[in-house]
Amino acid sequence: MRASAPSSGDEPMSLVNFAAREITCKIVYYGPGRSGKTTNLQYIFGRVPESRRGRMVSLATHTDRTLFFDFLPLDLGSISGFATKFQLYTVPGQSYYASTRRLVLQGADGVVFVADSQARRLDDNVESLQDMQTNLLEQGVDVRQLPIAFQYNKQDLPGDLILTPAELDEALNFRAVQSFGADALHGGGVFETLKAISESVLRRLAAGGQVA
Amino acid sequence: MSPPLNPYFRFDTMVVGAANRLAVTAARAVAETPGAVYNPLFIYAKPGLGKTHLLMAMGHGAKAIDPALSVEYLTLDHFIEAFHAAIASGQGEAYRKRFADVSLLLVDDVQFLTGQREAQAELLRIVDAMQTASRQIVLTSDRPPSEIEALDERLIRRFAGGLVIDISPPDYETKVAILRRKAEERRVTFGPGVLEAVAKLGLDNVRELVGALNRLIAHQAAGDDVPAERVEALLGGGVPASAAAPAAAVEPPPDEFGDFLSDISATLHQQIEAWRGKVAAAILRWEGEGYRTARLEALLDGELARDPEEALREFEADVRKLDALRAEAEQAAPDLAGSPVFRDPGDVPAAAELLEQAKDGAHPPPAPSPVWRLDAVVEAAGNRVAVQAALAAVAEPGEKYNPLVLVGGTGVGKTHLLHGIGTALAARGLRVACLGAEEFTGELIEAIDRDAVAQWRKRYRRADAFLLDDVHLVAEKSRSQDELFLLFNHFLEGGRQMVFSSAVALSQLAGVESRLLTRLEGGLVAELPAPEREIRQKVADRLLCEKVPEVDPEVAAYLAGRPAESVRGVQGLVQRVLSAAEAQQAKLTAGFARSVLECAPARPPRRTAAPRGSGLVAPGTGAARSREKMVWDWPDIGDRLIEEWR
Repeated sequence: MRASAPSSGDEPMSLVNFAAREITCKIVYYGPGRSGKTTNLQYIFGRVPESRRGRMVSLATHTDRTLFFDFLPLDLGSISGFATKFQLYTVPGQSYYASTRRLVLQGADGVVFVADSQARRLDDNVESLQDMQTNLLEQGVDVRQLPIAFQYNKQDLPGDLILTPAELDEALNFRAVQSFGADALHGGGVFETLKAISESVLRRLAAGGQVA
Repeated sequence: MSPPLNPYFRFDTMVVGAANRLAVTAARAVAETPGAVYNPLFIYAKPGLGKTHLLMAMGHGAKAIDPALSVEYLTLDHFIEAFHAAIASGQGEAYRKRFADVSLLLVDDVQFLTGQREAQAELLRIVDAMQTASRQIVLTSDRPPSEIEALDERLIRRFAGGLVIDISPPDYETKVAILRRKAEERRVTFGPGVLEAVAKLGLDNVRELVGALNRLIAHQAAGDDVPAERVEALLGGGVPASAAAPAAAVEPPPDEFGDFLSDISATLHQQIEAWRGKVAAAILRWEGEGYRTARLEALLDGELARDPEEALREFEADVRKLDALRAEAEQAAPDLAGSPVFRDPGDVPAAAELLEQAKDGAHPPPAPSPVWRLDAVVEAAGNRVAVQAALAAVAEPGEKYNPLVLVGGTGVGKTHLLHGIGTALAARGLRVACLGAEEFTGELIEAIDRDAVAQWRKRYRRADAFLLDDVHLVAEKSRSQDELFLLFNHFLEGGRQMVFSSAVALSQLAGVESRLLTRLEGGLVAELPAPEREIRQKVADRLLCEKVPEVDPEVAAYLAGRPAESVRGVQGLVQRVLSAAEAQQAKLTAGFARSVLECAPARPPRRTAAPRGSGLVAPGTGAARSREKMVWDWPDIGDRLIEEWR
């Protein structure tokens, strides 16, 4: 089961299981440490009715940094006859948790790259993006085919500290995928990003995406 | 490349109300007779009122009437993009020619012509060319032509010269109908008054209506109770500012998850519909090419119980396998290539098995026609020997009369008797090969051509009985005679029944090798004479009884007395009388039959002026007819002689 064992197996998980009438999307929030990935999930958790969300699992260190991963299961109910579930994960951003990141990334149907908009964190963003691409390549995932969205978080900080979404697009988003300015702490851009990545993932269904 | 027509956007999926009735009527007229009415047709409406739906529906409608019709749909963006690309690559003329063969051109969103002078000029040229050639062009826009900024006056005049028509926002009833249709499509039911409450929200745009419905579906799927009274509260955040009541000064907190769920539901629904559309399109395609599509239909009926992409790939692969098997079958046994087995991708193993049988010569040879039954043969003194021999051959195949050779003129019942024997033997479980000599020779030639004579022989040698009609037609065909000779020996040695028919007496049969003739004569040669009166009467009686519930026995007696050299001749007489009785709605009596068969056909009007001539009148056809009547009114020769003696 993908929820409890994101690291198990080398086979990509199935997005649509026709026999079980079930659609399961795994979306991974990737990015450098302290960029706001867990904050995204926490905001979503706070906005989802209790009946529609599972328990948010967060394994954090005593300094409140994500040690392994965050996991938030969302049950969207039956849509057009398919029981639809979303599983949101974050990876630990700190560079020394590389193996955990690789495991969490396995079988992802879509990735949100959460970048820290602060100008001083640009190199961290670039390093994390390269790390993500390396991990995906190692897993045999075609980065051009995988739905990816960029979220430039902390846009609420003073303008002299941060880069604008256009500048961050220039620096990071060289494939010109969808990108969103965000203030995850207060929810700005959180659902916009989630909706965009979810729709990208679902649109791959009829275009011959992953099926069981 | 132009975008394809959305399979969902058809006339039958469009809800028609007062607001769009005129536009739909005009669109239907255009789809039925493209180029004949309202050319060009210009439809304008605000976004989300069904312009694109109507445009594509015209494409589908026109294609449904004439599948060969060339229909092209494109948005103005596509049009301009392709135009610029063509100009950049020096292919401007090729771009113009692209539309030369289009019979129905559908251009969406032409409001973007603003500021596109070259594109306007090109469109003007296309409109003129299509009008001149009576080919149809339909355009849509979100505003009337006169309000499209900087639009060439000539284009405005061209559009005005056809029909410019608008679609208004739907009225309340239409909105309810649209919501009901959409809910049905999503297989969702709401409580009483819910959809009516949505329709009252002041959403004029169909897309907004569908969005509101999506939100309700999402709430309902989440287990929330959605009564009519809560509709406004639930959709408060989703109603656009333009439609929201001005009194709603306090903005409710945004339901971000609800919005998310609603959008995701709509996206997923679109994707699933896209799958269904793909499967439906595949069914149309493969049915059109003559393949059975039960497997794909089951997929649609089963609500996509398996991956449609995979199912379509498998189906296509099976079609390719069938094509390959059929191509092989055409080589091995051409008569098999048309078998429905090669058109059913649901059972490829059956096709493969049939091909293997064909290769092995094991597929069944031509069978006797079940239309001719032995018990329907009329037995009389003249054909008694032949009929009894036939019964004996059925009772003890290969034992008593082998071969049995039926000899007689045309239409005396040889083929009937031969197939009757075959049908009776087949009913006993025997594998019967029954065919005509011409077919036999034709198959042999094909087998020689395919270098497959060995398989062809095997096919017949596996039969338990061999029945050949019109054996006299193998005369002068030495290879056919050779093969027949070999088959004859094979069947004789195996004690398996053979039956032949010949229209020529064996003693007079020229061009047939004596080794074959002597073998044919070695069995029982039973003659079938021209049908005597008894047979004619029984045949006439039976045919009449089949058609007329209570027939006068004198009719059959009269018909039996008419001249007929064959059973077929008697059948012809009966048919003439029955047809005349039906046409004139007359009671079928002997007198009526006589009037039909003996009265002269209508004559041309007689000339009033006396013909100029010698004054001598030669005996006409009337005299001959009288004589014939005199002869055939007395059916028995004895009576006839007495009359002549008198």
